[in-house]
This record gives sequence, structure tokens and C-alpha cells, in this order.
Amino acid sequence: MASNFFDLKKRKEAAAASGSSSKQKAQAQAADRPVPWVEKYRPKTLSDVTAQDHTISVLRRTLQSSNLPHMLFYGPPGTGKTSTILALAKELYGPELVKTRVLELNASDERGISIVREKVKNFAKIAISTATASNASKYPCPPYKIIILDEADSMTQDAQSALRRTMETYSKITRFCLICNYVTRIIDPLASRCSKFRFKPLDEGNAKVRLSSIALSEGVRYQEGVIEALIKFADGDLRKAITFLQSAARLHGAVKVKGSGEGSGGGDDDMDVDGAKGGEITVRSIEEIAGVIPEKTIDSLMESMEPRPHGQAVYTLVAAVVQDIVADGWSAAQVLLQLYQRLVFSDMLTGDQKNKIVGIFSEIDKRLVDGADEHLVTLDMSLRVAAVLGNPGS
Amino acid sequence: MLFVDKHRPKTLDTLTYHSELSSRLKSLANGDFPHLLVYGPSGAGKKTRIIATLKELYGNGVEKIKIDSRVFTTTSNRKLEFNIVASIYHLEITPSDVGNYDRVVIQDLLKEVAQTQQVDLSAKQRFKVVVINEADHLSRDAQAALRRTMEKYSPNLRLILLANSTANIIAPIRSRTLLVRVAAPTVDEIVDVLKNVGRLERLDVKEGLCKRIATESGRNLRRALLMFEAVYAQNETVKDSTPLPPPDWEALISQIADEIMAEHTPARILQVRGKLYDLLTHCIPPTVILKTLTFKLIPKIDDALKADVIKWSAFYEHRLHLGNKPIFHLEAFVAKFLRVLESWLMDVDYDF
Repeated sequence: MASNFFDLKKRKEAAAASGSSSKQKAQAQAADRPVPWVEKYRPKTLSDVTAQDHTISVLRRTLQSSNLPHMLFYGPPGTGKTSTILALAKELYGPELVKTRVLELNASDERGISIVREKVKNFAKIAISTATASNASKYPCPPYKIIILDEADSMTQDAQSALRRTMETYSKITRFCLICNYVTRIIDPLASRCSKFRFKPLDEGNAKVRLSSIALSEGVRYQEGVIEALIKFADGDLRKAITFLQSAARLHGAVKVKGSGEGSGGGDDDMDVDGAKGGEITVRSIEEIAGVIPEKTIDSLMESMEPRPHGQAVYTLVAAVVQDIVADGWSAAQVLLQLYQRLVFSDMLTGDQKNKIVGIFSEIDKRLVDGADEHLVTLDMSLRVAAVLGNPGS
Repeated sequence: MLFVDKHRPKTLDTLTYHSELSSRLKSLANGDFPHLLVYGPSGAGKKTRIIATLKELYGNGVEKIKIDSRVFTTTSNRKLEFNIVASIYHLEITPSDVGNYDRVVIQDLLKEVAQTQQVDLSAKQRFKVVVINEADHLSRDAQAALRRTMEKYSPNLRLILLANSTANIIAPIRSRTLLVRVAAPTVDEIVDVLKNVGRLERLDVKEGLCKRIATESGRNLRRALLMFEAVYAQNETVKDSTPLPPPDWEALISQIADEIMAEHTPARILQVRGKLYDLLTHCIPPTVILKTLTFKLIPKIDDALKADVIKWSAFYEHRLHLGNKPIFHLEAFVAKFLRVLESWLMDVDYDF
């Protein structure tokens, strides 16, 4: 009932758009609404962006000289590309002006050639809105607009070509920022018009600081080693790490529920007194969320692939283990990854064997991406690897 | 009504196995619900769990389902008919139905859903849920379209993606969702379910039979239940030793396997070809045919050949996905199999 009441009220307020105090209340309520931590802790200013020191320092300089080149951000997912440009836009224009000066288009918007010709071009053409005095005093408000093309690598070649001339013609009043994962998918003429910024995967130290600070401000309790595990499984992708952390916190109820009063707080304390570990995130639960296969399962697969004496075939054993892995729903790609980590860094194998094994892995990976049947592929991989293991080479 | 539907658990509390997972889903539904990516083999109970979770989220309202047919227009003005299963709280879509145009559906539909608020003010949650079936068959473009939508509209929209494997889901989506693995039930768990259903249906349940069905089903609960029902429908009295009739397509495949083993000539390939065509025209997916055939052939051949046969089977299965005429690849596999077998036999002959 309570939520209904607020809903109605909020709507009326929106309609009336008066009474600043009630507006604040509505905002407070909006803040109460659960937000993914990824959004909640998205850097608000350039200096908040973790790592990427080089890029940030360059951008900071452009911020002072208020002359911005066209930009191309590229790098693996979760390294802060979108966050950086959004933070930059906010610092340049302030929250008010951002709405009129920045156009954000991403792959969820239609971005065929027609959109580039119409929407982008039209936005690029518009004369710059004037900054109010209050805005101008607080923010640099440089005399150009920014068009952000997020996930630009999923734009078609044609659409990209259509951008070329647009970028130059309106360069006086518009700056483009292309964001992509793979710089190779951006056509050369576009890439050469932009100054490129590479976003590198987050190093352990920075990621650790960031994760710990989020955990602290959300009041998450975790066992030792959890942060390290998060970083390991996220592979330099901070967004992934934060999502994992939030998911784990939800599953374990390790977060103090805010705003629901003393009751829940008391409950938490009780658990502590009981010494129960219910409220703590464990390394195992992180593994489960990340979809990492337990070491034991991989061990049994490795064992089944060991060469047998007397030329006994390994088929039956391997087939049984693979059957179980598939039935348990482990993803074949994950099997591949973990097996790779085991085998390639193993001291027991000769260089020749490793060569062959890596060759097998690359082929299997391609097949998985093409959507081949996981069971057959995993079985084939295991048998072929087993054959290599059984034959130390000449 | 089939047993499978009749005895499908409706709430999270009545789910029998994976109780830990059920309690997790429950705590998620009662707290802050994230985007989910549910994956696991077929017949493991993914869908059942999701429906139960939805019920936990919204109450009984989700069971009132209507089917909508919507028309979407692509940029090239092609009209797409698309079916949506919806309650007032959630939508269920299978975008792979429209093949390469799934991106259009995802973009239009999700935005439309995301931009409207929950209509029912007494709803427990402020967001709507969109369940996307067969998410692993979504095209790259469609998945890319999901990325920002998931973040931007998260106050009004939660996604539940259902997939058989995570291999085809692009990394950005994986990093935005909570991965939930639903493992297939173990044989014992299936036996328990079967006994339970038998009791509810007042059937004379035989332990041994249940066990055999469970093993035979390959840890696929849906299949086990269907087999269970078939056995009781076909036989007046059921004993532990009652034979389990395989589905007719499977019988045909094992017949093919026998024929291949019996004679290794091009003439035989031609004969087999007719049967393969038969299977294809009855809409048995080519992957299933190839896989079943392989696993029927494997026990019949020498250990030394098994690895090789699997290798070629995987090879042609991959080709199946790249090409678009399944019969070529099925035949090629049969031919290859015969060649492998024959050359091995010849080698043995020479050795003598």
C-alpha cells in the first residue's frame, strides 16, 4: 500500500512540478530504489576513473584548454570507456547543459546509414545552445557539442563511411567520440580522424582499491581472499567484478538493509553473535557466480585423460566424465579455459605437446563460437588432448 | 494433460531438487532482483524455476497469460509476425523465431516495455520482467542491442535470459547478468520425482523401472516423465522388466547404425540416405540425428577407433552449423565413418 501511495504522490508532483521540498522527497525515494552498483558507483568525475592514468591526464589537459579532438576509445569491456566520456561530458557542461549538448547513441538504438544521415547529421548541424551565466561560471562549457557513438564496432561499414564527411564538415561545432572494443572494426578513414585512447585492463592494485571501497560503503562482509578471487575471475573487467560482488552480496544477504529500521540490523548482529557465517561472502560462492568449474571436476577430467598402460583406450572413462560435465550444465567454453590454464602452464608436458594442444584448443574454440554441439565438442577435445598426452612426441 | 505439465511445480517451495538454488532465487526475488542468465542442459528445469521465480516476484497474476501477435517492421520494410506470451507483469519472447531480424524485435519491444511503467499499481515490483528464450541463438547484433538497454532501463525492466550454454553469449552480456547454472538432476533425483508422480497418479510404481527410465533418459527430467507416461499408457500392467519403447526416430537411427555396420558399400550409403531424409523431413534436428547416430555407433566399434569417430562426428557437426544443407554433412559423416572403419579393418587384414 505504501508504495502505491508514494507512486501517486510522485506522479502528482511531477505534474505540478512545484514545491521543492516534495521534489526532494521524490528524489530521495528514487535513490532508495535498488540500483545496480555498477551504475551507482560509475565515476562521477574524471578523477574518479580508476587506472587509465595516461588517458585521464591527456583528457584533463584538453579540459583546461577547452579544445577537444575527435576521440576513439577502445579497449576490453569493463575498463571504463563509457564512464570516462560520460564523466568528461559532465565536467565540461554540468548536469543541465549535458542534455542539450550531448547525443548518446549505442547499439540499442537503430544506427543504420539512415540514422547517421538524419539524426547524427541533424544534431551535428544544430547551433550550439547558449550556456546560462550560472552554468558558464561553474563549468568550462566549450563551444561545441559531443556525439557519443557507443559500441561503434557494431555499426555497419556503410554507416561508418557516412560519418566521414559529417565529422569534418561540422567539426567546428561538434566533436565525436567513438567507443568500441575492437579498434580493427572501425574503418581506417574514421580511425585516422580521431585521436585514439587505449584503455588497458585494470591492474590488480587499482581494482582491489575500488572493490574494497565499494564493499566498505555497501557494508558487505566477506571472507579473506574474496577480493582476490573477484579480480582473478573478472580478468581485468571491473564491471564484471562489481556485478559479481553485488550478486554474491545479494545471495548471501551480506548487505545491511538500509532504511528498514532497527529490526534487520538487530538480525545481523544476532548472526554475528551466533558465529554463523551466513552473512559473509565466500570464495566458493564467487566461483559459482562466475561459473567457474570446481577444481575437483577438472581434476577428474585430467585424470581420465591420463595415458593408460598397455594401450588401453581412454574412451570409456573420458566419455563418462564428459557426460557428467555436460549434464551438470558447465559451459564448454569454461572447460576449455580452465583446461588451458592447467595444461599450458604444466611442467609435465614438452613444448611439442603444448604446441599441439594449443592448436586443438584454438580449433575447438572456433567451433564453440560457431555454435557446435557442446557435448560432442567437449568429448572431441578431451579425446584429442588425451591422445597428445599419451604420445610425448619424438 | 501430460504428466510433465500437470505435475510441474508451481512455486519455488515445491521444487524438489537443487533446493539451494531455489532458496537463492527466493532471496533474490524478495530483495533486489538482478538480470539473470539461466543456463543448463535441456530438461533440467530452467523454465520451471523461472516461472516459479516470477510467481514469487508477482504473485498469482503471472499465471494469467495471453498470447499476443505483433507485427514489427524492419528497416527494409519487411513485416515480421512475432508471438509474445505475456501477463500483465511479464513478457516471454523467443527472438530466434524471426532469425536474423531478432535485433529489430529486441530493440523495439524492449524499449517499448522499458519506457512504460508497471500499469498495475498494486504490483509487488516496480519493474517488468522480460523472459528471453533460447538466448544462445540470439544474433550478435541482437545481443549488442541488449547491452546498453540493460543498463539504461534497469529501473523499469529486468531480463531473464534462458540458454543451453553460455558459449554464444557475448562477454558484455555475461558481465551484466547474474549467471545461474541449473544442473541436470541426478538419476536418484529423477527416480524420486517419478515415484512421486506415480503416487499422485495412483499408479503401481516399480522401483526398478523408474531407475531404468532415469538412466535411459540421460538425466533429462522432461524426457524421463514422458517415457514414464508412455510406459503406463502402453501397458496394462507394468513390471520391473517392462521394455521401454524408444521414440520411433531413435529406433530408426539405431536401425541406420545397424545397417551401416552390416555392410560397407556405396550402395548402403544410398539406402541410408533415404532414411536420413526421412528423419529430416520429420523435423528431427540434424544435430540430434548426428549425435544420436554417433553414440549408437560408438559401442559397436573397436576402442582404437572411437576417438577418431568422435573427431569426425564433431567435425561434421560443426559443418552442419556453418552450411545450410544438413543432408550433405550427415551423408559425409556416414561415408567418413565407413572409410575409417574400412581402412582399420584392412590394416588388420594386412597385418595377418
